[in-house]
Amino acid sequence: MTTKRWPRIAAHVFLILLGLLWMVPMVGMVFSSFRPYAETSIDGFFSWPDTLTWDNFTNAWDRGNMGRHFLVTAVIVVPAVIITLFFASMVAFAVSRFSWKFNIALLMLFTAGNLLPPQAIIQPLFQIYLRIPMPEIPLISESGELRGSLIGLVLINVAFQSGFCTFVLANYMKTLPKELNEAAMVDGASVWRQYWQIVMPLTRPALAALATLEFAWIYNDYFWAVALIQQGDDLPITSSLRNLGGEFFIDDNLVAAGSLIVVLPTLVIYLLLRRHFIGGLALGANKG
Amino acid sequence: MSTKAPTTDPNLSALAEHNDDTPTPATPRGRGGRRYSLLTSSDRSTITAMTAIPAALHIALVWIPALGTFLLSFTNWNGVRWSSLKWVGLRNYKQLFTVFEKDLYESLLNNLWVMLALFFVGTPLGMFIAYILDKNLRGSAVYQSVFYAPVVLSLAVVGFIWKSVMYSPGQGVLNSVLGRTGSGNQIDWLGNPDRVIAVGGEYGLGKNFLALVVAMIWIHVGYVMVLYLAGLKSVDPTLREAAAIDGANEWQVFRKVVLPSMKPVNIVVLVITVITSLRVFDIIDVLNNPIGTDVLSILVTDNILGESGNVGRGSAYGVVLLLVCFVFAVVYLRNAFSEDDA
Repeated sequence: MTTKRWPRIAAHVFLILLGLLWMVPMVGMVFSSFRPYAETSIDGFFSWPDTLTWDNFTNAWDRGNMGRHFLVTAVIVVPAVIITLFFASMVAFAVSRFSWKFNIALLMLFTAGNLLPPQAIIQPLFQIYLRIPMPEIPLISESGELRGSLIGLVLINVAFQSGFCTFVLANYMKTLPKELNEAAMVDGASVWRQYWQIVMPLTRPALAALATLEFAWIYNDYFWAVALIQQGDDLPITSSLRNLGGEFFIDDNLVAAGSLIVVLPTLVIYLLLRRHFIGGLALGANKG
Repeated sequence: MSTKAPTTDPNLSALAEHNDDTPTPATPRGRGGRRYSLLTSSDRSTITAMTAIPAALHIALVWIPALGTFLLSFTNWNGVRWSSLKWVGLRNYKQLFTVFEKDLYESLLNNLWVMLALFFVGTPLGMFIAYILDKNLRGSAVYQSVFYAPVVLSLAVVGFIWKSVMYSPGQGVLNSVLGRTGSGNQIDWLGNPDRVIAVGGEYGLGKNFLALVVAMIWIHVGYVMVLYLAGLKSVDPTLREAAAIDGANEWQVFRKVVLPSMKPVNIVVLVITVITSLRVFDIIDVLNNPIGTDVLSILVTDNILGESGNVGRGSAYGVVLLLVCFVFAVVYLRNAFSEDDA
């Protein structure tokens, strides 16, 4: 549709004003995080920054023991994203490329599972985790049970997130031409080869979009970690903010700096891979 | 896809050694994929393993606990020893509606405020932005980035950002704009549970809860925008033009043509709105649960993480959460798996 000049200008004015408003919290976070509390607490937010300093960042890093929490995060997020996509793509392949008795029922189970609020299943899950013994491995599992171990966190993230990914991937795989599998079948390729060498490479765009989205979601997880991790030291970075709360709450600039450190990885990935982020969500919204 | 009944079944023709590719009428089995019964036994075990392992994990950690929540809600248990577990029938539920009535209604109402705010403010705004951006405005990608950026942040960090940057009483953006940063006249945005809207005397919308809801809208708008941008692409442009030629104004075209043809997206957005409002937890917990900001998920977890843990009561709250969610999950599934899609 062609749009006339004035409505176009009105649209820009509206979007610019609203966009500026939308950026206030994040720009404000960056601005505050470089300023000493002693200055802003007297002059307020809107004042000329006489001093700009990295102190808030180094303080937040040290006080929050953030090196440790980032390490824990990496140990959880990397395997969780890979296993989620691996599991989800296998199920999606099986339900979308073959007809068998329960294929749609299985897909529905996965899709519905991803809609449940995590809090609605946490009571029994917590009890189950308490009762599964684990060997003691430094960093990975130090509590002697599934609760408190990083393996437990990887497992629940995989189990929960595979619902959404299976749904998206199944819809995507359905759109690939059937003839691909048929040709492969005639050539005598096994089901596994069809999955790994034919369907998976063609699913790459959807996998890339989901990998980006899942990285952010698992990185951003707060609830599973808070509920299932025992030692404050073992919390991944996002949920470790909870421990900092008390200490940080007096100095708002320190909180801003801490928040900025925590959101930096997701923001950088977002700015680099914006297309994938948005594509992943759009994939989830559309039917196959 | 499945509406075209006679499809070539490669296995059948391969087995029957039909080189001429005779179309074999296959049963219209939904996806039009190959029939499982025609695979070799090793291929069958591969498929079984490929689905069984992920499904077992998903069922064990999502669906069995969901069932467990339901069962445990009929018990009184401290969660330590099995021997202390007692069946108490509906007692937990009776208590929810008597002794803990105030907690339950206050929380349900807070969940409802989030739902209403996202539905009546966040969703229309996101939809409107998508509608404008869909007209190929210059700089569309920049606008999209700005509105979508909050969506990639964790709700917990969003809580911290809004607390320290926007709502800080002594130096926050809001109090600075309003000139209320002095020690005598500060507005304590997150500490004041006074009612903005009162409901039935005892209940209402707290000022501090409203402040949290604003931060949630900030995230929701970008999410909705992306979903509708995808939805608008699928609207047939000839329909719009036809309506415009018939003399419909822009609003009428939107109302009568664009919106109805985006029905699948509307349902996804509705379900996401509801599920988001039921899942609210992080932003409240990370701010140490300000007074008057309880929601259902907080009541559930208070009973595992808190001191006075009662697994039975916590589970009963969980069942309330499950039931509300279940209704919308069915709506979502019916949408996602309807006719042509199955």
